[in-house]
Amino acid sequence: MQISTATASFESPPIDAVGVEERVARLCSRSIKKDAKLQALHLTLSMIDLTTLEGADSEGKVRQLCAKALQLHAALPDLPHVAAVCVYPALVGVAKRALEGSGINVASVATSFPAGQAPIEIKLLEVRRAVEAGADEVDMVISRGRFLAGDFAYTADEIASVKEACGEAHLKVILETGELGTLDAVRRASDLAMRSGADFIKTSTGKIKPAATMPVVLVMLEAIRDHYRRTGQKIGMKPAGGISTAKDAIRHLVMVRETLGQDWLDPDLYRFGASSLANDVLRQIVKQRSGIYQSFDDFSL
Amino acid sequence: MSERRSAAAADRLPVLKTHKVYVGGKFPRSESGRFDRALAPDGTPIANICRCSRKDVRDAVTAARAAQAGWAARTAYNRGQILYRIAEMLEGRSGQFEALLAAGGRAPDEAAVEVQAATDRLLHYAGWTDKFQQVFSSVNPVATSHFNFSILEPMGVVGVLAPQSPLLGLVSSIAPAIAGGNTTVVLVTGSQPLPATTFGEVLNSSDVPGGVVNILTGRRDEMLAPLAAHRDVDAVLLCSPDPDVARSAEIEAVHNLKRVAVRAHEDWADVQSPYEITDLQEVKTTWHPIGS
Repeated sequence: MQISTATASFESPPIDAVGVEERVARLCSRSIKKDAKLQALHLTLSMIDLTTLEGADSEGKVRQLCAKALQLHAALPDLPHVAAVCVYPALVGVAKRALEGSGINVASVATSFPAGQAPIEIKLLEVRRAVEAGADEVDMVISRGRFLAGDFAYTADEIASVKEACGEAHLKVILETGELGTLDAVRRASDLAMRSGADFIKTSTGKIKPAATMPVVLVMLEAIRDHYRRTGQKIGMKPAGGISTAKDAIRHLVMVRETLGQDWLDPDLYRFGASSLANDVLRQIVKQRSGIYQSFDDFSL
Repeated sequence: MSERRSAAAADRLPVLKTHKVYVGGKFPRSESGRFDRALAPDGTPIANICRCSRKDVRDAVTAARAAQAGWAARTAYNRGQILYRIAEMLEGRSGQFEALLAAGGRAPDEAAVEVQAATDRLLHYAGWTDKFQQVFSSVNPVATSHFNFSILEPMGVVGVLAPQSPLLGLVSSIAPAIAGGNTTVVLVTGSQPLPATTFGEVLNSSDVPGGVVNILTGRRDEMLAPLAAHRDVDAVLLCSPDPDVARSAEIEAVHNLKRVAVRAHEDWADVQSPYEITDLQEVKTTWHPIGS
């Protein structure tokens, strides 16, 4: 399917890589303590897409992850729940049943995740199947090979077709920034994705290092800001991969607040894709409340 | 010529070394940026030392936890080789340690004896690494059709409040803990921290994996409570003759029911035995069904 778009030729502003590094370093030096830290930790929990994307995933593993999403830590019943559980399309049904009535979304990766190297018909079929099975959100990967070869029209059409296949489901577009090489390419891919119908732009699959580094996220946030100023449309952001500590997460929140403002400090517009982040945040919350350093042994997998 | 040289030496400002702490195989400063002066008995400053905070304790426990599984998974024989290697390196730097002990007020011949004793202590525990299991494990007689046996396993991360004895006591508290597969966070709080920080340099050049021994300097009242209360620390070894210190640390340690071992010795000359190892081991007993 071909959709004619006007996105094939557009200009993205050049990125000052040194300036980005400096800005990131300055934002990372903020000190968030006490009540502000506790508030940030609670916000972080509510923004997490609890993720399992392994070849070894089974129904049991997904049910266990959903149980974790429903109750993060038995000793702290007043915690917010996570935003979503993210699984492969084959396991969407299992997650949907386990999370019924909880308000937690089910997200599914699709489009031949993580490589994206499959014919477009197969990718679209995968998206439709995931949505039929109940996925509220679809995380697609772009064809990095075509994008890097300069075939921007193909990438734009691909995203637009997937968006159409999603129907009501929200679309997150994974740029896989670790394969894009430069910040200029990250900015261009972000602009392309937003103009082609993305509801969220997402850094990485989590399968490739480096993943969600701070400079990459800042460039994407600036792209979202410029898109908002141009169109009035609020696009969400999801860094994924490599964010495993509460400290990292709080640094991200500082960067979001300083780049996009208060509106984006909301699970509808900002997510963390992570598997081990939740437990570190829980550990810090218990430490903050009790004053005693915690062990990972005290938190469920 | 020699007059000119001595005149220059008199004008020269001495360079005071900052003895950094040893955490995760690296030598960072305290995250707090604070430092204390180490003083000679006559009050002249001889070095700067880090005054660590509870966050340094937290970071050291993280490093020790990360290193623990790998250290315990090494063969007992290999741990013995590494302990022997520490002894080799200590022997090679004996002159420096004698000078440090002498600067702390020890008579030169006593200092030499202490360095030798510390080296020999490492050899003692190097020999025990692959033998204590055989001595202390057992096959137990039971009345059911089970094969029942008990073996020793390392506790995990052990917090050590180092004794006042600056070298021999330090080595005598660390060596049995790591010989049994534990990793350690060692708080050096006495008036003579320099042998301990220098021992960190010895460990770093002795094939000891980073994180197996972490040495922090600072004040006991700032570091001991967070370490004793830390839920990711499995045991604490309190080397202090003061019963109040042991009592307050034991109260902090109840949060996760960690094991508390107390060593009240002032003189560490004779403190060597395999029981020093087994005090920091957990006994695992297995009931294995046999027969019909």
